[in-house]
Amino acid sequence: MYQYDQYDQKIVDERVQQFRDQTRRYLAGELPEEEFRPLRLQNGLYVQRHAPMLRVAVPYGLLSSAQVRVLAKIARDYDKGYAHISTRQNVQFNWPKLEDVPDILAELAKVQMHAIQTSGNCLRNTTSDQFAGVARDELVDPRPWCEIIRQWTTLHPEFAYLPRKFKIAVNGAQQDRAAIEVHDIGLEVVKDSAGQTAFQVIIGGGLGRTPIVGSLIKENLPWQHLLSYLEAVLRVYNRLGRRDNKYKARIKILVKALTPEVFAERVDAEWAHLKDGPLTLTEAEVERVAQHFIDPDYKVLADEDFSALDAQYPDFAQWRSRNVMLHKKPGYAALTLSLKTNTRAPGDVTHEQLDAIAGLADRYSFGEVRNSHNQNMILADVEQAQLLTLWQELKALELATPNIGLLTNIICCPGGDYCSLANAKSIPVAQAIQQRFDDLDYLFDIGDLDLNISGCMNACGHHHVGHIGILGVDKKGAEFYQVCLGGNSERNASLGDILGPSFAQDEMPEVISKIIQVYLDQRIEEERFIDTYRRIGIDPFKERVYAADH
Amino acid sequence: MQQIIKDGALVPESWHLLPKEATLEHLPNSDDIIIPLGLWLEHSHALKARDGGLGVWLDSDEEIEAIQEDLTLFQVIALNFPAFTDGRHYSTARLLRERYGYQGEIRAIGDVLRDQLFYMQRCGFDAFAVRPDRDPQAALAGLKDFSLAYQGAADNPLPLFRRR
Repeated sequence: MYQYDQYDQKIVDERVQQFRDQTRRYLAGELPEEEFRPLRLQNGLYVQRHAPMLRVAVPYGLLSSAQVRVLAKIARDYDKGYAHISTRQNVQFNWPKLEDVPDILAELAKVQMHAIQTSGNCLRNTTSDQFAGVARDELVDPRPWCEIIRQWTTLHPEFAYLPRKFKIAVNGAQQDRAAIEVHDIGLEVVKDSAGQTAFQVIIGGGLGRTPIVGSLIKENLPWQHLLSYLEAVLRVYNRLGRRDNKYKARIKILVKALTPEVFAERVDAEWAHLKDGPLTLTEAEVERVAQHFIDPDYKVLADEDFSALDAQYPDFAQWRSRNVMLHKKPGYAALTLSLKTNTRAPGDVTHEQLDAIAGLADRYSFGEVRNSHNQNMILADVEQAQLLTLWQELKALELATPNIGLLTNIICCPGGDYCSLANAKSIPVAQAIQQRFDDLDYLFDIGDLDLNISGCMNACGHHHVGHIGILGVDKKGAEFYQVCLGGNSERNASLGDILGPSFAQDEMPEVISKIIQVYLDQRIEEERFIDTYRRIGIDPFKERVYAADH
Repeated sequence: MQQIIKDGALVPESWHLLPKEATLEHLPNSDDIIIPLGLWLEHSHALKARDGGLGVWLDSDEEIEAIQEDLTLFQVIALNFPAFTDGRHYSTARLLRERYGYQGEIRAIGDVLRDQLFYMQRCGFDAFAVRPDRDPQAALAGLKDFSLAYQGAADNPLPLFRRR
């Protein structure tokens, strides 16, 4: 993974100093709250229901074992012993003290980490495929491009006070695991007809109050022009994006208002001035960054035959079928450590687990860990021959729940338990559903299903793109839950359709059960939930859920 | 007398900033004045005939393209920040310096605070009228928050990757 040189380190160190001084002035009363707020947000510091929440950047989800150990230490020393993996592959701490934050940032800086631009109306952490560089279906490794974008976005002087937050995601594989169609900018790295690296630039997607699938604004953008084009997009947005209404301030609204065609023309007109200027990427720079992402020292191995082990250990077979992913190197595997048990909030991980994961990464996976936007952690380079031993270790750590891609692998925002924006709690709903579907055979029979929960329409839990989405709403001061069906965040992304009137919290497990029952009754052979939904539409689900007892 | 930050130091304010609703009759003939964009667009001919120094100011929703032919006439272009979180004029300043080659003073006015000065300076601002309730002396420190940056901008067109 990318290693800082003296420049990167200095920038992060100076940011710590700057924030330390800003915090000092705030605590001394020299900096009023309304002026400190945008500054602390740009350093990932929210003030939540109980305490501040600090969001630490994990650029495109990559972590070294040393970094994971520091996250464990922070959870232990400054928090209540756990951390939370966010849907932007970042790490959140829910209980730090504001006055401790500069010290936390200083500890992070020692292992090349920071909290820069993890919140606020600025360029946010760039996200990507959690299997970047190891996936068998990958066409181009997105990681060097993510790092190049990370450096361009970090402390960009022109774009620190945008109309609204701005999120970029990059995908380089056949399958889209980075949800690029629902980002402010989604980049698809491809090889053009001449074999040169190029980008398909999708702009104006997003969730929130106005969910929209992005439009393809630029096709086959040659790699040299990536940054000058992004700068042109951001400049057009910074100048023209609405600032009078924060709900209409995202770039998606601008793209829609202008139409994608006119928006593309505006960007091209701006880009004409920037193209071929100093922002033109050089082969030397791309090579410098790409050097950090060359393959680790893989052994020459063959794929294992697991049939004997599978027969001997059915649980292992079950886990392998869900949590282990094809690796580009024969004999290796990429595996997902599930942070979705019904004993903790989805995405929560304890300091003991983090330390243990760091140790496992060192022993089994070249010292590297990844976070996924599905709020799990990944060991990406494990020898298949080690899988059984590793699985046994993971089981002991409660990190081997075999539910990746299944109904209980719920994406869930912190919700009303923590977040001051939320209309409703989301964690108890997730846990109640996980408990209802705790029968593994049943869960496996249901098969591939994304269930996403957001505690309010800001949609941090990506409910619009869950095959089943749940949205917390406020109904006359009480917490209710709206259900939508048919969303999908992958290629050919789609947004869910609202099922109907909302439900009380205690009704939710039963509602989900009924929806699943309709699917099981109606599915044809191997059809996934989303396929059945697309075939039969929403009505059969509506009828079952709202029948009889209403 | 109010002081402003100019080229990294405090200097006495010598310009007279006219409000948005100012009309031609109110203008002193010989003072150095910064006039609102609307007045310039309406009366540029008369204003060119004045003796005193001439500057113009733009609100955050006004675009620099409106005066791109006139830039050499202004000694000062002031860009207003109605709130420090309104970032449009960071782009305006860069366009002035990098696209239109404007050599005169670019002054930040309005909600101008210490913690934004570093980025403003990078985008081409060289003068800052810090909000009157704040100490401009203390704000000077904000110009030195960082000693390097990844991006090229008005102060140095080369991004770090062309220098590292």
